[in-house]
Amino acid sequence: MNKFTEDDLKKELETKEYEYGFYTDIEADKFPVGLSEEVVIAISKKKNEPDWMTLWRLEAFKVWKEMKEPDWANVNYEKPDFQGISYYSAPVQKKQLDSLDQVDPELLKTFEKLGISIDEQKRLSNVAVDIVIDSVSVATTFKKTLNEKGIIFMPISEAIQEHPELVKKYLGTIVPTTDNFYAALNSAVFSDGSFCYIPKGVTCPMELSTYFRINEGGTGQFERTLVIADEGSFVSYLEGCTAPARDENQLHAAVVELIALDDAEIKYSTVQNWFPGDAEGKGGVYNFVTKRGLCEKNAKISWTQVETGSAVTWKYPSCILKGDNSVGEFYSIAVTNNFQQADTGTKMIHLGKNTKSTIISKGVSAGHSQNSYRGLVQIGPRATNARNFSQCDSLLMGDLCGAHTFPYIEVKNKTAQIEHEATTSKIGEDQLFYCNQRGINTEKAIALIVNGFSKEVLNKLPMEFAVEAQKLLEISLEGSVG
Amino acid sequence: MELKEKLVASFLAFENKGGLDLDSKTHATRLQAIQNFEKRGFPTKKDEEWKYTSLKSILKKDLGLFPSTDTSIGFKDIKEYILNDIESYTLIFIDGVFNSFLSSTTHDDCDVCVLSSALTRPKYKMIVDNYFNTIAKDNNSLTELNTAFTKEGAFINIPKNTIVQKPIQILNFSTGKESEVMLQPRNLVVVGENSHVQIIERHQNLSKNTTLTNSVTEIFVHKRAIVDFYKIQDDTKDSSMIDSTFVSQKQQSVASVHTYSFGGKMTRNNLEFYHEGEHITSNLNGISILHDKQHVDNHTLVNHKYPNCESHELYKGIYDDKSTGVFNGKVLVQQAAQKTNAFQQNNTILISDGATINAKPQLEIFADDVKCSHGCTIGQLDESALFYMQSRGIPKKEAKALLLFAFGNDVVEKIKIPQLKTRITKLIAKNLGVNLGFEL
Repeated sequence: MNKFTEDDLKKELETKEYEYGFYTDIEADKFPVGLSEEVVIAISKKKNEPDWMTLWRLEAFKVWKEMKEPDWANVNYEKPDFQGISYYSAPVQKKQLDSLDQVDPELLKTFEKLGISIDEQKRLSNVAVDIVIDSVSVATTFKKTLNEKGIIFMPISEAIQEHPELVKKYLGTIVPTTDNFYAALNSAVFSDGSFCYIPKGVTCPMELSTYFRINEGGTGQFERTLVIADEGSFVSYLEGCTAPARDENQLHAAVVELIALDDAEIKYSTVQNWFPGDAEGKGGVYNFVTKRGLCEKNAKISWTQVETGSAVTWKYPSCILKGDNSVGEFYSIAVTNNFQQADTGTKMIHLGKNTKSTIISKGVSAGHSQNSYRGLVQIGPRATNARNFSQCDSLLMGDLCGAHTFPYIEVKNKTAQIEHEATTSKIGEDQLFYCNQRGINTEKAIALIVNGFSKEVLNKLPMEFAVEAQKLLEISLEGSVG
Repeated sequence: MELKEKLVASFLAFENKGGLDLDSKTHATRLQAIQNFEKRGFPTKKDEEWKYTSLKSILKKDLGLFPSTDTSIGFKDIKEYILNDIESYTLIFIDGVFNSFLSSTTHDDCDVCVLSSALTRPKYKMIVDNYFNTIAKDNNSLTELNTAFTKEGAFINIPKNTIVQKPIQILNFSTGKESEVMLQPRNLVVVGENSHVQIIERHQNLSKNTTLTNSVTEIFVHKRAIVDFYKIQDDTKDSSMIDSTFVSQKQQSVASVHTYSFGGKMTRNNLEFYHEGEHITSNLNGISILHDKQHVDNHTLVNHKYPNCESHELYKGIYDDKSTGVFNGKVLVQQAAQKTNAFQQNNTILISDGATINAKPQLEIFADDVKCSHGCTIGQLDESALFYMQSRGIPKKEAKALLLFAFGNDVVEKIKIPQLKTRITKLIAKNLGVNLGFEL
């Protein structure tokens, strides 16, 4: 019998191409490369945006021009050339579609390869999908069901037209245009994204979800997501990403803003599987994301993320616990292999009384990758009885990778109770041996152990995602035997 | 004139008048150091390493660089600061000048003397050339500044296979003859193979005037040697201190540095361990008890470069009133350092609403077969424990003190000199404002 050895595994991993590495040939409506005021205005015009929106973008662009690209993160990469990117690309077909038949068959094929059969999803899972291909959404389902409840779930470009009062009131309040380099850039040039509003007291009957892909080569993707949960409402929002393999580095600078008003709850889950670059570290997506949520009284925001993709990840989903008794949660698994670099974590800013936050962060590094946790827990002077529990565990496979933790804890109130724990270790040889002995091969055993290691986080994912995430973990770690 | 300009300008005068050998290697080192300092200047809050500590208010003062000495200081003035119920070697510096009358040095089995003579005497040339400023170089700008102005400090050289029977006490006093002074003591400690030494260091201001001490200590620990270094920081409320201690360890050595911070207006401790061999153990212990507007910043680094080494770090803090504590513990495990065990623990109690703690326990790990962990907690006294004691007739203040005392006891337990343990216990009791009625 042929034995499947470690070397075989290694070879397989090295040669294993990125599964979703295909490129759909759709005629795209594309801007010339470069960024200037004219481009910002043109993007705004293209979207038929009102004047206040154009001005807002220009303001952001002005701020961005003054800003420097940050370099404090523990990642090394070639800085993107911001004048070498085309800032807008949309599939030519822009007419609103009522049914799937009207969609370009090429596009539908893409979805199939990704494993997202819209029909399947429509029928089997109770998920409303707002598919975003290269920034413009082309298919929205379950709109009617949502409409009945008064839930608004639509591309943000449409929301700007149809619900300007909501967008105007909340856009940029959590992540101001001046927040950071990438947020400013996003504010200036964002092409589309999702907008979601849950009215007072409504529990969203289904998981809302968006799939992103970067399609056209050389186009940056600048998504803008705004989720507003009005008093007493609940929403669970999923975001999943896969991108085709391309050689040049692609930039992804998204901004996500969550607003949970009194007694509301938002659960935001992400599975991120952008193209991580090949075994030599060539190519891959730069993922520079700003995600932040605001909790009013008794509100709760929960971030769950599974990060397996991107060459460089720079992402800190944060919670501002402004209202009394509000709760922030952050569950994360970041898996890096080959030459991937991830600098990710969270910020929990406690401002209100009796605020609580939980941080569970699991990092798995293999190959030549570097995985960092960077977090901030801040207790303001008026945040009495604040409570935080943080746990960051790292698992190392192979002796060429690195795991780092940079937790910042700043406490200005004596009643605060903070616990922070971090551990770093490798997969135990005895655990592997135990599995081998019982006929489980090393590769499966590693997948098993990693899944066990990440269980606390995987458990927080909605059902639909948990399976996919588990598969992703296995794919990303294939062959990286410690 | 800004302090930086003043320092740079007075460098030449310092070198010329100090009777320093201008042909030696140390001259070149000093010259390089002052250039580095001039280039980099004092750290500001924009530096990541100084994010939580500002030197601004201290550097604004018109600090005298070459204080004149008060020669009238006698034993009675400094008695209470010396641990005198045990026999010891003592090195006493008053305003940066060695006082041979009050000190007790030796050259018998080992050298316990002063750096100024080591720098000039041919006998020690090799040691100085070999060790001086080798681990401290290219570090922060304040260390460079100290290197440039190196003149006086303790020089301890323990040869192979020597167990130093008596602890060594290094005491730096400032008399405040001038209103505001800056002192820059520099210590060099070399411990040979299989040797053992215990060192106690203390800085004390005898007046109510402002002082800024920028102290640097380099400790070299050779194979299988054991070094215990105790730092007592219980200075007056007008004294600020920047202490940088660098430890280089060879294989199978054990080095422990204990830092007790109770006093001072602003204290910054940079403590760095560098491993140069296998099977090394490094211990870092610290306790800070602060009041009023005091500020203590503990920055530690353990750099694991070789396999099979261990490091244990335990820092506790009790912060009252408007005091601020900073803890930044960095553990670096390089790729070659497999089988490393690195543990770090940082516990803090905030007693009052105005107190602040900024903690950043930082692990950077490049090796896979390691066990590394850090824990960090911030909390208050257990209300039910307090109530239990009160219900049994222990007044609230004493009950609180007892609990806090127990909290800090893990660190105190690690002291290996009984007399010193008693002294530290008393200092803790004093700082908690109670008479515990017992001694440990």
